[in-house]
Amino acid sequence: MHAILTMIIQRLGLGLITLIAVSFIMSVAIEFLPGDLAQEVLGQSATPETVAAFRAELGLDRAFHTRYFEWLGNVLTGDLGTSLANQREISELLGTRLYNTLFLASIAAAISVPIAITLGVLAALYRNSLYDRLVNIFTLSTISTPEFFVAYILILWFSVTVRIFPSISDIGPDLGFWEHVYRSMLPALTLTLVVIAHMMRMTRAAIINLLASPYIEMATLKGVPRRDVIIRHALPNALAPIINVVVLNLAYLIVGVVVVEVVFVYPGLGQLLVDSVSKRDMPVVQACCLVFAITYILLNLTADILSILSNPRLLHPR
Amino acid sequence: MADNTNTQRGTKGDVLLEMKGLKIAAMVEEEEIEIVHGVDVTLKRGEVLGLIGESGAGKSTIGLAAMAYTRGGCWISGGSINFDGIDMLNASAEQLRDLRGKRIAYVAQSAAANFNPAHKLIDQFTEAPVLHGYSNRSAAEADAKELFGRLRLPNADTIGFRYPHQVSGGQLQRAMTAMAMSCRPDLIVFDEPTTALDVTTQIEVLAAIRDVVEQFNTAAIYVTHDLAVVAQMADRIMVLRHGNLVEEGNTREMLAAPKEEYTSQLLAVRTFKKEHQLEVTETTPLLRVNNVSASYGTTPVLFGVNFDVHKGQTVAVVGESGSGKSTTARVITGLLPPSEGTIEFKGQALPPDYRNRSKDELRQVQMIYQMADTALNPRQRIREVIGRPLTFYLGMTGKQREDRTRELLTMIEMNPDEYIDRYPTELSGGQKQRICIARALAAEPELIICDEVTSALDQLVAEEILKLLDRLQSELNLAYMFITHDLATVRAIADEVVVMLRGEVNDSGPKDEMFTPPHTDYTDLLLSSVPEMDPDWLDNLLEERKRLAEEEGRVLKAADN
Repeated sequence: MHAILTMIIQRLGLGLITLIAVSFIMSVAIEFLPGDLAQEVLGQSATPETVAAFRAELGLDRAFHTRYFEWLGNVLTGDLGTSLANQREISELLGTRLYNTLFLASIAAAISVPIAITLGVLAALYRNSLYDRLVNIFTLSTISTPEFFVAYILILWFSVTVRIFPSISDIGPDLGFWEHVYRSMLPALTLTLVVIAHMMRMTRAAIINLLASPYIEMATLKGVPRRDVIIRHALPNALAPIINVVVLNLAYLIVGVVVVEVVFVYPGLGQLLVDSVSKRDMPVVQACCLVFAITYILLNLTADILSILSNPRLLHPR
Repeated sequence: MADNTNTQRGTKGDVLLEMKGLKIAAMVEEEEIEIVHGVDVTLKRGEVLGLIGESGAGKSTIGLAAMAYTRGGCWISGGSINFDGIDMLNASAEQLRDLRGKRIAYVAQSAAANFNPAHKLIDQFTEAPVLHGYSNRSAAEADAKELFGRLRLPNADTIGFRYPHQVSGGQLQRAMTAMAMSCRPDLIVFDEPTTALDVTTQIEVLAAIRDVVEQFNTAAIYVTHDLAVVAQMADRIMVLRHGNLVEEGNTREMLAAPKEEYTSQLLAVRTFKKEHQLEVTETTPLLRVNNVSASYGTTPVLFGVNFDVHKGQTVAVVGESGSGKSTTARVITGLLPPSEGTIEFKGQALPPDYRNRSKDELRQVQMIYQMADTALNPRQRIREVIGRPLTFYLGMTGKQREDRTRELLTMIEMNPDEYIDRYPTELSGGQKQRICIARALAAEPELIICDEVTSALDQLVAEEILKLLDRLQSELNLAYMFITHDLATVRAIADEVVVMLRGEVNDSGPKDEMFTPPHTDYTDLLLSSVPEMDPDWLDNLLEERKRLAEEEGRVLKAADN
């Protein structure tokens, strides 16, 4: 356990450095975007004098590094700053959005991960059968179809043809839990269809990869039924790659949902990011990117810890 | 628990397994090839049958067929298999599953690979008895502890609660035998169970397997390539070659008077012994390993190793796996710079790192490896494999290089016209090793380090390689540093012997001295552990060791047992 603790501390340290690097790269990227908030707000017809005055008011006329380090210092002391566009506290702005995004990701994960792993195990068990092929074709089709298209198909089926789910996720602050789940159903299903193929195929491949191992032959020669050979003997040894791909997809569920949120007008982080970029609201964009980077770092750390916990060689050294 | 099944076991002497006209086919490159051509095997209850032969003889395949099982790409294409009245080839999958593990069990060559790394030993032991309804979990657990004890595993009560990687190879092999015993099967198939072990560890495993098979009156098929091992274990032996039966008979009778030429050849291996024994006259050795210590990262692996190799001499470095033999070779070649000490060549200290050595310094020491397969680039023709060192070290090109390549092929007894354009995959294992030898010779070295060069080869092929190396030595006045764990090889070719143990030189001296007592305890253990053809050898050895322990207090036993 001591080794795991050391690893966690090391990785958190490295994660902090990564975050700073990410924030710097983001700031530079935003700097290269044409125009800034002052121009966006005042529009094409504003005189250069007005724009310059507004810029000075917002502090945008200062040098890049001055602004960046001021911002970094504030963030490190826990102050994300205020939105340039509407002067609201960013932490407050992010709070509900982040909650909504995590909520959606959780529902999608709760549906997709068990289904993907079950389908993958079954595909390995009945390898090359009709079932295996059908599952492969289905999941590959869903992953090859653009997300917005999947989303519109689902809307067509479930909101237009049979009216089960709402096509717009009207999420307000006072929504009950089940109502929230209900209204998030279509975006969650869209996400499920998008991520399931990757996880299912990795599960199948990781298990099949192990089927040639001597200990699998041994299990067969002990008279263990094929189902148990796969579940008891192959699956525990295939966990590390499966965990990694699951986590990668979880990260995608949080970070990569922009399109789906836009289609369903779901008030999550992705929408906020898109809005803020078009408004050149730099502090908000920065904050969103930080949240996304933190998600990746924490999830990858979780994957590594789980991989260690699933491997007796690492957990119980000689 | 063994008692309640005794009634269904029947009496010793009844036929338990009968395979008639067994044919097994395999798919090789989309072509169907028969690999076992109609072999008859009969096994009585409580009998131990040895299947021996070289690689490709079909012995493992036949052993597994007794469980109506074939490996990927193979299938049973003809004949019949009858196990205790059950027609195995027409049995349902469910019937077979019920037999496997319960009435017929399997012990594999590599216990480390055949135990599931994700589960504790005890969980793997209890799986079959619980699954087959032979016993419940707690009874099976208690039985595991008892069997572990019978197989002389240390800490029998707790060892089961470890994971496979926490247990040594010899112990794992015995735990696997215990696992095979868990349902008290009528038949156990042992597939080379001691081949992957050091000789010193092998003894304990052999003795444990034999005792437990006798105690429970279990029939066994014992598959091995080692005639001396099978002599200790089997009542009856079948000699196989290329999927055919060569000879079958009672162990003692066959060893005393083999009927077939091939059997005599197998019995006669390692009769080769090099004739000339070199007298060392010069004072400066060709190679001096001078007080060398080395470590991998922070783990020290060599501790003050000292020995010399003189011109034209063969120095055999022997020891168990992990004793530092190959690491010493890595230090000599400069792949692993030592933390202390020097490597001297003709009295001159070589730079510790190969990157700082001159081309000529590199040229003088060449290596030949255990796995000729992986030591040859599969995408290069033989012309390129041998020609490259000629260009690299000696600057040969064009016709000169071509002529020299052909000359080298002739030296290793391979016809240049036939082989020079081939790829390594088109050669047999022995031929590949010959090409590796030619590649080493191309550099015109004075010292060749041979790292287990015959270990991966069949006995008869290994014999030919040793003869070739010996001939080349006397023709070219080469020195060999011969790393091996096989004492029969040492006896055949060494002038000097260096015994290594845990990164240190435990014992060293001229061969004749090393093979005559008195020895250090470890040399004694190593020498006495080499199996001999005599069927009584194991019994005598165990008795002798027991006597030594009781009367003189000398305990000869491998460290990890």
